[in-house]
Amino acid sequence: MADQKTLAEPGGDAPYRRMTRPMEGRLLGGVAQGLATQLSLDPIVIRLMFVLLSVVVDGVGVVAYAVLWMITPKQPYEGQPPQRDWSQLAAFTAIGVALFAFGWLTGASKGGIGMLPFAVGGIGALILWQQADPERRKSWVSGASRTMRKNRVRTLLGVVLVVVGAAGFLVMQGELAQARPGLLFTAVVVGGLAVIAAPWLAGLWKELQLERRERIRQEERAEVAAMVHDSVLHTLTLIQRVAHDPREVTRLARSQERELRNWLYQPAQDADATIAAGVRRVAAEEEDAHGVPIEVVCVGDLAFDPGGRLAAMLKAARQAMVNAAKYSESPSISVYAEVEGEEVTIFVKDRGKGFDLDAVPADRMGIRESIIGRMERHGGTARMRTEPGEGTEVMLTMKVENE
Amino acid sequence: MTRVLIVDDHRLFRSGVRAELGDSIEVVGEAEDVESAVRAIAEHQPDVVLLDVHMPGGGGQEVLRRVLGSGSQVRFLALSVSDAAEDVIGVIRGGARGYVTKNISGKELTDAIRRVAEGDAVFSPRLAGFVLDAFASSEAPSIDPELDSLTQREREVLRLIARGYAYKEIAKELFISVKTVETHVSSVLRKLQLSNRHELSRWATARRLV
Repeated sequence: MADQKTLAEPGGDAPYRRMTRPMEGRLLGGVAQGLATQLSLDPIVIRLMFVLLSVVVDGVGVVAYAVLWMITPKQPYEGQPPQRDWSQLAAFTAIGVALFAFGWLTGASKGGIGMLPFAVGGIGALILWQQADPERRKSWVSGASRTMRKNRVRTLLGVVLVVVGAAGFLVMQGELAQARPGLLFTAVVVGGLAVIAAPWLAGLWKELQLERRERIRQEERAEVAAMVHDSVLHTLTLIQRVAHDPREVTRLARSQERELRNWLYQPAQDADATIAAGVRRVAAEEEDAHGVPIEVVCVGDLAFDPGGRLAAMLKAARQAMVNAAKYSESPSISVYAEVEGEEVTIFVKDRGKGFDLDAVPADRMGIRESIIGRMERHGGTARMRTEPGEGTEVMLTMKVENE
Repeated sequence: MTRVLIVDDHRLFRSGVRAELGDSIEVVGEAEDVESAVRAIAEHQPDVVLLDVHMPGGGGQEVLRRVLGSGSQVRFLALSVSDAAEDVIGVIRGGARGYVTKNISGKELTDAIRRVAEGDAVFSPRLAGFVLDAFASSEAPSIDPELDSLTQREREVLRLIARGYAYKEIAKELFISVKTVETHVSSVLRKLQLSNRHELSRWATARRLV
C-alpha cells in the first residue's frame, strides 16, 4: 500500500485530473488539446478524429465538439490569450473538405449511419498509430519510404497492374458499380489489419536481426579465441622452452608476428595469385628456414603466371635470399619488389660481409646457375653488386607482356 | 642534447625505448594516453615526441590534431607496430615528420630522432613503398601538378629507401650529398601532407596490406 501511495504522490493533489481546455496551442476552443492530454494521445489524432466523425457520420463530430466545449472548463491563463495557429486550423479544414469531397464522389457519405464502421476503423487506426512508440513510428516511415524509393518503379508498376487487372475484371463482369462500396470496406479493413499487425511484425523483425548479429559476434569471438590458442599461446610456450637459444626465440617470434599480421591486415587471398603475394610467401619461408628477418616492400602488383617467367624470377629471388641468409651474416635482409609498366624488378639486399665476385669459383651453382643463368634463360637479367665488407645486392629484372 | 617525450600506452615498451636510446638523447617525460600526452607536451616542450599510433582516447592522430592544432611547433616521430597503410598515411597526413616501426634498432631510432629534431623527415622502407604506390596510381587528373606528383629524383630516392639503403648510401649511389637526400625526403613529406589528391586517403583505406 505504501508503495502505491508513493507512486501516486508525484501525480498531483487530486487523484483524478479534471479535463480542462488549455489556451496555449489551441486551434479552436482547446477541446481537442484537453482531450489529448487527458487520454495521453497526440492532439493531431483527436483533431483528425473530430474531422472524420463530422464528415463521415453526418456531423457527429461537430456536435460532440460543441458539447465538450460547453462542459469543459477553461484552463486559467494569465495575460493576453495567445494567437491561434490559423495555418494548422486551415490544414484540418482542408482535410475535412477533402474527405467530404471523396465521400460525395464515391457516394459513400450517403450511407449516413452505415458509414460508421469506416469512421470507427479510421479512428482505431489513428489511435494504434499513436500508441506505437515515436521512434519506431519514425523508423517505419523512413524504412518504408526508403524501400519505396528504392523500388519505386517496380512498386508503381505492381500497383498499376493490380488496379487495372481488378478494374478490368469488374468491367468485364459488369459489376463495377455494385462492387464500389464493398471495395471501400475491404480497403479499410485491410488497412486496419496492417496497422494492427505492423508493430508486432516490426518487433519480430527486430528480434531476428538482433539474434543474427549476436550469432555473428559469437562466431567472430570463437575465431579470435581459436587464433590466440592455436598460434599465440603455442608460440609463447615454445619460446619458454627454447629460451636459451636467442636465434630460435627470434625466429619463433618473427614467424608468429607475421602470422598475426597476415591475419589482422591481409585480405584473404590466394597465396600465389600475384607476384607481390608470391614474394611475401617466399620471404616468409626463407625467414623461417634461416632465422634471419627479411623485410619485404612491394610496389604495384601483377597477376602471377605459374610455370612462366615470373615463376622463374621468383625462384631466382628465393636463391638470392637463401644466399644472403646463409652466407652474408647480415642481421637482416631487405627485399623490394616493384612492378612498373611492363617491367618487374626485385632487389635483394643485405648488409653482410659481401664477397669478391671475381673470386667466386666457377662451380658455385648458387649464383651463376640459380640466379643469373635462370634469369637469362627466361629473358630477364640479373645483376649483382657486392664488395667485401659492403654487403650484397642482387637486382633481378624481367619484362612481361601486360595485357 | 635532444629532449624527447615518449608517448605509448605500453609501460614495458616505454622503458625499453628509454634504455635503448643513446647518450645524445634525454628523455624528459612519458605519457600513456591522449590526455596525458597533450598535457606533458605543453609542460615539457620537448624537441621530439615519439608517438604511438594506437592509444586509448583517439590514438596518435588525436594527439597530433590537438597539439599541432593549437599552433605548437613540436616535432613528431610516429612509432608503431602497425604497418597498415591507413595508419601510416593517417599520422603522416596528421603532421608527423616520420614513421618507423617498433622493431627498429636503438641506433637507428637514435638516428631517426636526431633527423626529426633537425627538421628533416624519416621514412621507413615500407612508408617509402606506400608513397611510391600511392603516387603511382594516377588515373585521376591531378589538381595541383606540383603537389600531386613526385619528381624523378624524389622517386629515385624513395626507391632506394624502399630497397633498404641508408641516407648515406643513397647519397653515394646518386652522387649527391646527404643533405640533398634529406631535402628530397622532406619535400616528399610536404607533398604527402599537403596534396589534395583524395586518392591518397582512399588508396590507403582500400589497401589494408601489411
